[in-house]
Amino acid sequence: MVRYFLKRLAGAVPTLFIIITIAFFLIRAAPGGPFDQEQALPPEILANLESAYGLDQPVWVQYGRYLRGLAHGDFGPSFKYKDFSVTELIGQGFPVTLQLGVMALSLALAIGIPLGTLAALRHNSAADYATMSLAVIGIAIPPFVVLPFLGLFFGVYLGWLPVAGWEPGSIRHLVLPVIALCLPPLAYIARLTRGSMLEILRSQFIRTAFAKGLPLHVVILRHAMRPVLLPVASYLAPAVASIMTGSLVVESIAGLPGIGRYLVQGALNRDYTLVMGMVIIYSALLIAMGLLVDLLYAWLDPRIGFDA
Amino acid sequence: MSGAVRRWRANPAAVAALAVIAALIGLALVGPLFNPNDIRALDWANVATSPSSTGAHWFGTDRLGRDLFARTLEGTRVSLTVGLVASLISLTIGISYGAVAGYLGGRADQLMMRFIEVLSGLPLVFFVIFLTVLFGRSPYFLFLAIGAVGWLTMARIVRGQTLSIRRREFIEAAVASGAGPVRIVVKHIVPNLLGPVIVYATLTVPQIILFESFLSFLGLGIQEPHASLGTLIAEGAGEVEAAPWILWVPGTLLALLLLCLNLVGDGLRDALDVKER
Repeated sequence: MVRYFLKRLAGAVPTLFIIITIAFFLIRAAPGGPFDQEQALPPEILANLESAYGLDQPVWVQYGRYLRGLAHGDFGPSFKYKDFSVTELIGQGFPVTLQLGVMALSLALAIGIPLGTLAALRHNSAADYATMSLAVIGIAIPPFVVLPFLGLFFGVYLGWLPVAGWEPGSIRHLVLPVIALCLPPLAYIARLTRGSMLEILRSQFIRTAFAKGLPLHVVILRHAMRPVLLPVASYLAPAVASIMTGSLVVESIAGLPGIGRYLVQGALNRDYTLVMGMVIIYSALLIAMGLLVDLLYAWLDPRIGFDA
Repeated sequence: MSGAVRRWRANPAAVAALAVIAALIGLALVGPLFNPNDIRALDWANVATSPSSTGAHWFGTDRLGRDLFARTLEGTRVSLTVGLVASLISLTIGISYGAVAGYLGGRADQLMMRFIEVLSGLPLVFFVIFLTVLFGRSPYFLFLAIGAVGWLTMARIVRGQTLSIRRREFIEAAVASGAGPVRIVVKHIVPNLLGPVIVYATLTVPQIILFESFLSFLGLGIQEPHASLGTLIAEGAGEVEAAPWILWVPGTLLALLLLCLNLVGDGLRDALDVKER
């Protein structure tokens, strides 16, 4: 088990390295630079700035320097937010983004799985159709459309919750963004759970369990749930990706001080180091999620060996 | 095929959705003919007026006094066009890649599928954001960038189908009668992929429209003075408290469009009985 995990971890390092390399050279290949302004800087000042940030060196030297910094956990200084290092900027915003994402994913799982199970148990009933219609809506309509409407209803018309803004420690400001963000994964999870549950309920071992006289909740929770969750587990990585991209817009609509804004802003400003930091954080998260799914899969389905 | 058509017709949600899509397309095309307001005109007498307070602008006006009915129709046209063109690009790439991989089989197939696996592990959306920010925002580039994201699943589906078709007798017959590999892929394999391709294509269009409006929402897609539904929603989201109708109109339209496209696709999948993957 430990050996398998280490092996997968070792496989993740080159992937991350390739992503870092592509991103590094892509962003430097783009026209423009971090010190472009409406009024061009005098050449001496520009030269000074560039040498201060090491931008006067050949790209390969910059690349080597950047990697060396990374190896020591240093993401470098931000070019646009003067006096801030990328580590500080991301360190300040990341807890907010993480809180938002974790809450959205937990909510999607906590509601999606029971909802899908219920729909499967009441197959072809009104509850089933209602759940599946809701799922289509959740899949079709993206967070950046849902959130403004939620703000309009609960913030403007009803006045229950703030439309936008942020106070440290306040849950009220997170309610609407979390709801908007969790809807698409919730809908997928409900759909996957329902489909997989319908299939499992027809299988022999479930019939045996019922024949033994076990009560419904025991059959569902002890026997059916594990295999039912397999497709849900493999959806977890795409779910995290969907929540990550969703949070880029949701944070800006809701005015949350997360790290979402840094990706687009950083790229527009040619803030090389900040964009690199964002790409690394998000890629690392996705890769880690992939690893987690593998482990989860092996636990859910004992037929999958760890020595693969 | 006729059985599939019957099954599809028996699905009221899908039929209704198709009617709504047809109505929306019709409205986007002929609507401007009935609208007295010019799309670029700034009506300074009616800045940010709600739909009810003036008879001149059916959907009201935005912050600059532009007619929202005209803007929303243009946005719908742009979103639909981008959706269709980018879907075509992504389908072309996906189908040819998948068909070639499936037909060649063996090492080449393994290598090509490994490439897809690596790509789908990357945060592709980020790279598209990256690319659009860095390398200008011409509409052509936008088509390509969006189209380049959507082809992975299509390639996987097509490859799986091709693998099973390739073993069938009529392919053997084609080989025996001297057809070359290109002819076999184009003439014999691709036409037989139609069912799953149609299903997945109808499900790709809403995904791509969604992605385009996402980029436009971030300010990376369609640029002023042009509008897509995404830019209009972004405008509306900033005015929720003062002028909610600026959000209402494009927001409802995009939601309706995406919902109906998904319903049609789901209906087709059930009617043609295509398994995903």
